[in-house]
Amino acid sequence: MIMNKMFYPLALALVAALATTGCKHGFTKVTPLPEGPSVVGPGTGPGLIPGGQMPTDTGPSTVQTGGGPTSEGDINGMIPDRAALAEQTVYFAFDSYVVKTKEHGKLVVVAEALKSDPNAKLLVEGNCDERGTEEYNRSLGEHRSLAAREGLAKLGIDPMRVFTRSYGKDKPADPGHDESAWSKNRRDDFVLLHPKP
Amino acid sequence: MKKIIFNFLTITLTAAALNFSRAQQAIDITTTINPFGEKPIPVSLDGFSGEVESVLKFDLYVQGFAFVTPDLAQYQISGSAGGNVTGSVTDKFAKKVILSRGYTGAALRREAHAFADDIVFAITGRKGIGQTKIAFKSQAADGTGEIYVSDFDGHDARAVTHDDAIVAAPAWVPGRLALYYTSYQPGNPDIFYHNLSTGRRSIISKFSGLNDSAAVSPDGSKVAMVLSKSGSPNVYVCNADGSDLKRLTTSEEDSSPCWSPNGEWICFATKIQSRRVLAKVPADGGRIQIVRTAGAPNPTEPDWSPDGKWIAFTSQTSEFDICVVPADGGASPVVLVPGQDPSWSANSRTLVFNRAIGYRQVLSVLDVFTKQAKDVARTSGSNSEAAWAR
Repeated sequence: MIMNKMFYPLALALVAALATTGCKHGFTKVTPLPEGPSVVGPGTGPGLIPGGQMPTDTGPSTVQTGGGPTSEGDINGMIPDRAALAEQTVYFAFDSYVVKTKEHGKLVVVAEALKSDPNAKLLVEGNCDERGTEEYNRSLGEHRSLAAREGLAKLGIDPMRVFTRSYGKDKPADPGHDESAWSKNRRDDFVLLHPKP
Repeated sequence: MKKIIFNFLTITLTAAALNFSRAQQAIDITTTINPFGEKPIPVSLDGFSGEVESVLKFDLYVQGFAFVTPDLAQYQISGSAGGNVTGSVTDKFAKKVILSRGYTGAALRREAHAFADDIVFAITGRKGIGQTKIAFKSQAADGTGEIYVSDFDGHDARAVTHDDAIVAAPAWVPGRLALYYTSYQPGNPDIFYHNLSTGRRSIISKFSGLNDSAAVSPDGSKVAMVLSKSGSPNVYVCNADGSDLKRLTTSEEDSSPCWSPNGEWICFATKIQSRRVLAKVPADGGRIQIVRTAGAPNPTEPDWSPDGKWIAFTSQTSEFDICVVPADGGASPVVLVPGQDPSWSANSRTLVFNRAIGYRQVLSVLDVFTKQAKDVARTSGSNSEAAWAR
């Protein structure tokens, strides 16, 4: 213990001396750092690119969708009408994507609107209350809009006329933080899409 | 001296416990040694001031160090920041200087981060996180936001999108300055690949409905994601450019896929009979297996640690909690701190996540095994969905 007690002040004094004299004599090693962004890469350690070099990149440069229906093609050419079906917003129970029996009549009205206007299409926007994690809610909101599309299909509407879009918890109808607000936010909004004249 | 020896032994024992075989480790966690109760390493810090001192304190605190007076310290960190950062570390137990180094050529913050990394390596043998990056989203009250990239401590945040739209779920390409993320900029939520070196980006998935939650395979060649084009939100995998798309699941409702570090599995959140569970599926297709999370209700947002040992996730009760569970299911999940959406650092030691302050989210970093956490510097708006560059 005596040795220890003597050693520490000595070591501290030495360190302090080194620190004040700077790297010229005291520090045998100097690490030159590159200015500018350092980022990812396994080279020198987690999240570092050695020597500040930027990574070469061989990623995709062209848009590639792999076929199938695309998201915006048919929607972007149409005029959205949010008012027409504003009364038909369908509300859901907490954490549920099942269209409740008492909400079913609204789907019938939406189906009638589409039947009476064969050129119109429909965007179903699924939304969630703020409880639940972000991407969980984005999937739940999508599931809610898909449930409405399925309900409309059973009422004779071609699913190809119905587009789904989830906003997760990003577009609450009511900004409040209680059940009164949450019950208004767990919803499908229906946007009628008219072809451009 | 007794205190110092005790801490040293604790650290040695914990390190030994972490090196046990998988089967033994599972038993040890539940019965003998709890790796989440690790004691912080006591260090003293002198000679620094201002920005350099605050960087060193932040970096070391969130990597499991505690600051004490020199007489109680196991390691004494000294130095100065006159012009450039210079410093040394003295191991008072082994009675020797274990690090002595100067730094040149960068801003003081960067030099301090580099010194912190060297301190962490000299003392623990681990590669530090001081010079790593994170990506995250920042959202305004109207729901629109942008994807940002910053230092791991939230400093030097730069918007990489200018979409003025809902954005979501940034994911790094391992080892590259490139991201995948979801943006509603086209109207629909589509998945973008964004090369941050060139600034060029392209849409790799724009099917009807949801295109979300891209996650890049460890070798960078594949992307897992959630698509709803077949009638329910499910996990798909494709090449980095979006080609060769394959559906992996037909479950009720999936979200937030992530990869095992060996690239063999994709773990994701799903529902079985409307009950939320974590599951994993072979990356080239096959039978789904449940990941046991009993005791941590409503699990979502899994992230597999790069060393393969742990899966971090969010559990939801009346609030959100960050939890970890051994990836092999050998032990019950451990609740760490309140928060959401954890993402592992490359050294499998630290998590970045978001937590609520009022109705806003802020990012925080957590040293998993000591549970020491600190909020990072804030970007205006609500900050969430952080992804740690690996």
